[in-house]
Amino acid sequence: MVILTSVLTTGALTLTACGSRDDSGDKGGDNGSGTTLTIGVDAPLSGENSTTGLGIQYGAQIAIDDANKNNWVPGVKFKLKALDDKAQPATGQTNATNIVGDKTAVGAVGPLNSGVAQTMQQVFASANMVQISPANTAPELTQGKNWQSDKKRPFKTYFRTATTDELQGSFAAGYAYNGLKKKKAFVVDDKQTYGAGLAKIFNEQYKKLGGKVVGTDHVNTGDKDFGSLVTKIKNSGADLLYYGGQYDESALITKQLKDAGVKIPLFGGDGMFATTYIEAAGKSSEGDLATAIGVPADTLPAAKTFIQTYKDKGYKGDYGAYGAYAYDATTAIIKAVKAAADANGGKVPTDINDLRSKVVDGVQKADFEGLTGKIAFDEYGDTTNKQLTVYQVEKGAWKAVETGTADLQ
Amino acid sequence: MNTLPQQLANGLLLGSMYGLIAIGYTMVYGIVQLINFAHGEIFMTGAFGALTVYFYILPDGTSMALAVPLMLLGGAIVAILIAVGAERFAYRPLRGAPRLAPLITAIGLSLALQEVVRNFYPGADRARAFPGLDATHDIGSVTIKDADIFLILAAVLCMAALAFFVRRSRTGRAMQATAQDPDTAQLMGIDTNRIIVIAFAIGGFFAAVAAVAYGLKYGNVDYRMGFLMGLKAFTAAVLGGIGNIYGAMLGGVVLGVAETLASAYIDEIPGMQQLGGQSWANVWAFCLLILVLLFRPQGLLGERVADRA
Repeated sequence: MVILTSVLTTGALTLTACGSRDDSGDKGGDNGSGTTLTIGVDAPLSGENSTTGLGIQYGAQIAIDDANKNNWVPGVKFKLKALDDKAQPATGQTNATNIVGDKTAVGAVGPLNSGVAQTMQQVFASANMVQISPANTAPELTQGKNWQSDKKRPFKTYFRTATTDELQGSFAAGYAYNGLKKKKAFVVDDKQTYGAGLAKIFNEQYKKLGGKVVGTDHVNTGDKDFGSLVTKIKNSGADLLYYGGQYDESALITKQLKDAGVKIPLFGGDGMFATTYIEAAGKSSEGDLATAIGVPADTLPAAKTFIQTYKDKGYKGDYGAYGAYAYDATTAIIKAVKAAADANGGKVPTDINDLRSKVVDGVQKADFEGLTGKIAFDEYGDTTNKQLTVYQVEKGAWKAVETGTADLQ
Repeated sequence: MNTLPQQLANGLLLGSMYGLIAIGYTMVYGIVQLINFAHGEIFMTGAFGALTVYFYILPDGTSMALAVPLMLLGGAIVAILIAVGAERFAYRPLRGAPRLAPLITAIGLSLALQEVVRNFYPGADRARAFPGLDATHDIGSVTIKDADIFLILAAVLCMAALAFFVRRSRTGRAMQATAQDPDTAQLMGIDTNRIIVIAFAIGGFFAAVAAVAYGLKYGNVDYRMGFLMGLKAFTAAVLGGIGNIYGAMLGGVVLGVAETLASAYIDEIPGMQQLGGQSWANVWAFCLLILVLLFRPQGLLGERVADRA
């Protein structure tokens, strides 16, 4: 199966490369006088999850503007190519093929959804182009299918500035049990790569801590009526609802839950950590919790200028969840280009394939202070920054309540 | 705690909403044999019409007792205009064309309506808050909200009004005649074009009522809400016997109750844990539909009863 996929992908790549050779020319070739290099961004820019997706696009845009303004890589202008994956895996794969087919592209930032990333990894690996996700949290993306027993990195071109669900789910379980003192949880997920994985880890860790999982259920993305589920939760006597999934469904669940008189908090992952969740659920979201990767962007001194720029430019979307991580991911690619140029006597390598492979090596060796803290990657491509934060809705806004790292049980 | 009464109430409420939307499908099918797949989107635009009245026309702090009727009015105006417009500009030019042509137009229209709302309605690219009627009442072991009471009353009143209209009024009898044989009806002096427009308008009105009930119950609306609801309502219409008004309502209720009970209890049956829960509700609902159609292809109440409209 893997061989088949590889053959197909390679075939598709060759075709795309042929198709795009004419229009993009050999721009990588003319050194010194204004080389333009492209950084691709793939995220949901419309429809479901677009609030957080737009935060990724504009976070990357600000990094590129900074690099161009400050002339980080002399003689090189960077340009952003943002593609909308609509949170759909197939579209993500098409976008990845589009990016690697662009002969000026040196790397890609994105996607938002782990399920989308699964279809993109092979495409970037075949082209030996670096991909850094600011948001994917599924452990298997970096540590392989059997990550619980035998960690093995599947793609050396894939990196992320987000930490994994293994840590996120455990951190949530620890906070639910020890911080909130909730002993009976009901666990629901949306059956997607991200949601189901997160719910599973929460479930296991919560039980290990001594908590009781009084019921589990699954929903479909796009469902609107959760009356039956709410009645089950009410009857289960749970004092906490853990939800693995995105804000689209969880906002409706919390509303219908509170309307039915079940005043227990809903606790979710970073897929829920968006202002849209509070807007959609209204007062019902009061007291609900979500974990998110990293420390709150607005408490980071380094991110102040970033947040100000984001607001000044009037960008739509939410920088809070991943904007600063997208900025750091983009910066890592730009710094790797600079390292490649420095090693080549101050000129970026003329051969795009050579440049791409040097950028992959450069990102692997990344070590700098980003907006979100130290940016460096371990042998799996995971960030070495494992900070997580629990947020709670208070008077209609997300407030950070606890920051730390997860203890694995 | 015995959860059965609450689950039945959940199912009945969901089913009433399906039923109200299903009437639009069934009436139009009954008269012109057209499945108006854009009906779910007409329901969606009705919700945005009501939202517009609440947020952009009424002053802040208007009491809900006054706001709800005005929202109904706003939603109904929008939904009826769009339903009638769709008939005039998308379906009438294709009347007499092969069956497939208006069906494809309907699918195109439904996508167009979604995109128009998403792109041009402020903030509609994600869920928008809708005022709720969230006060709750406990009746025995059943908890229901004001929005649920509104939905049930609306469903009952709409059905009664429609039954009266179809049986007693001159226009209603003309609808029955058109449904039975449009050509003969036209020879008898009935303006069948007018009758078809009225059927679309009534369908749009019911969709708007369902949309307001939906908004009040779930507290937010979005541009995709019509797709799944429309599909379920279409299923309800087929289940009840397409073309049959009472069948649409019955089909809706049966579908809603079946979905709710399946998601509540199937996973408690030994050996069925993997096949139960919320995410399997649709599967069981469609299994039920297939079973009904296998043994009773004309639907629960039959497709061609004398008083279908």
